[in-house]
Amino acid sequence: MTQPHIRLTDVEMTFPRPDGVGEGIHALGPIQLDLRHGEFFAVVGPSGCGKSTLLELMIGLTSPTKGSITFEGQPINGSCPDGIGVVFQEDASFAWLTVRDNIAFGLRRMALDRREQDERVDKALAMMGLVEFADAYPSQLSGGMRQRVCIARTLVTEPRLILLDEPFGALDQQTRLLMGDEILSLWRKTGATIFLITHALDEAAMLADRIGVMSSRPGQLIDIVETHWPRDRDSRIVEQDAFGAVTARLWRSLRVESMKAIGKKEASS
Amino acid sequence: MSASTRRLFANMGWLTLAILVLWQGLYALIGDIALRSPVSTLQFTAKFITTPQFVTHLTETLKAFVLALLIAVTSGLAIGFLLGLKRFASEIFEPFLIAIYSVPKITLYPILLLIFGLGLSAKVAFGAIHGIVPIALFTLNAVRNVKPVLLKTSRVMGLSTGATIRTVIFPSALPEIFAGIRIGFSLTLIGTLLGEMFASQRGLGFLLMNAIGLHNVDVIVMLTFLLTGFAGMAGIVLLLINRRITAQV
Repeated sequence: MTQPHIRLTDVEMTFPRPDGVGEGIHALGPIQLDLRHGEFFAVVGPSGCGKSTLLELMIGLTSPTKGSITFEGQPINGSCPDGIGVVFQEDASFAWLTVRDNIAFGLRRMALDRREQDERVDKALAMMGLVEFADAYPSQLSGGMRQRVCIARTLVTEPRLILLDEPFGALDQQTRLLMGDEILSLWRKTGATIFLITHALDEAAMLADRIGVMSSRPGQLIDIVETHWPRDRDSRIVEQDAFGAVTARLWRSLRVESMKAIGKKEASS
Repeated sequence: MSASTRRLFANMGWLTLAILVLWQGLYALIGDIALRSPVSTLQFTAKFITTPQFVTHLTETLKAFVLALLIAVTSGLAIGFLLGLKRFASEIFEPFLIAIYSVPKITLYPILLLIFGLGLSAKVAFGAIHGIVPIALFTLNAVRNVKPVLLKTSRVMGLSTGATIRTVIFPSALPEIFAGIRIGFSLTLIGTLLGEMFASQRGLGFLLMNAIGLHNVDVIVMLTFLLTGFAGMAGIVLLLINRRITAQV
């Protein structure tokens, strides 16, 4: 397969100013990016660099001011194509549905018979360790478990491209490492392409095959780091020397950009 | 029955007892000129509610109230959803709704009477205008406050606008909407009875006004007792439903 899974060509995003006067705010781009089928790609960048805007463009929630995005060769235009699943940073579980009904939510509009739906939900419950909470409501679960409900809800539709927008942002460090393991194992099991947005360098370094580093606004990809990890890996990769080298390189690329983001200039060259 | 529901009923029992004691005490103080004792009220009520005269008036009031509530809930929900889904429209109309909310509705009653004439429709309209605005305001806020990430989720899943309203916005906003309906319920009841008291030939409100004119303390106390009982009971039922809805959130 030579065609990239998703391709961003000269993508730029400019938001109009709130008062409508003058030039808009150039938030993003131009960005060129090809994701290969089945790879795990992470994006890191300083806060406010347009990471979430990039994600919204990729799922068709917003249209880019310039450039184009194609998914499996088809342009994305105003709506999210089938085959793309998203897990957001905020808790997006439906409070009025049980865990089981939450997970089944996206399946209901697909042309599948009921038995196939139930099977997929059971599988997702097992994979995410939620079996004994199937009939609980989200309010009875911890933040980490709610996020797993959202991941399961995305998984059951069997997306070929999964976008994760800082899905572990609200979790503690230990839970994040373990959730990272779960993501890696489901990436291997499903064979899907994963696009992860994060602000945690170690998370990106531990999980991804390639890591894109974004500049401060307007966000552009200023570096792409290949990790060369084996496909069969887990969070213990953080013990390796190579892991330190990857995070070091990421930080080198990011340090100046992060300082710009918090309004500081490089003190000395 | 859950522990909290049992506690609610126990509390209601104690409250009823306290009211009865207070009532009896008040009766001892005031006497027959303006009050009846709980026991004689109950006796009178038991006798009176079987009379065809009472049944006619009760049916009239119930009919007016149910119609008014139906109109208040449906139009309140419709206005709330229409404005809640359109930020621009809600910014324009919300201040109007709040202004209308604080207008003493009784000042509008002469106009309603001129439009609808004496009778059921005027009462229904008067009851409904009491309930519409709070239900609309609560619904508007509930719809506007649905978490954006839930709307994003439904868009990513490719849900149509109708399906999004039905399966995401409505259930997510329901607890708050229901709080509005609870308030709308009691205000509509007030409106309906007021309407009957001031310009009507039928209904419990008319009966009450008539009894005041005739200084019929038996009927006055009985009606107060019945209406308080009805409003209290309905309040408990709505509260129980509300708890069921919010239990998950």
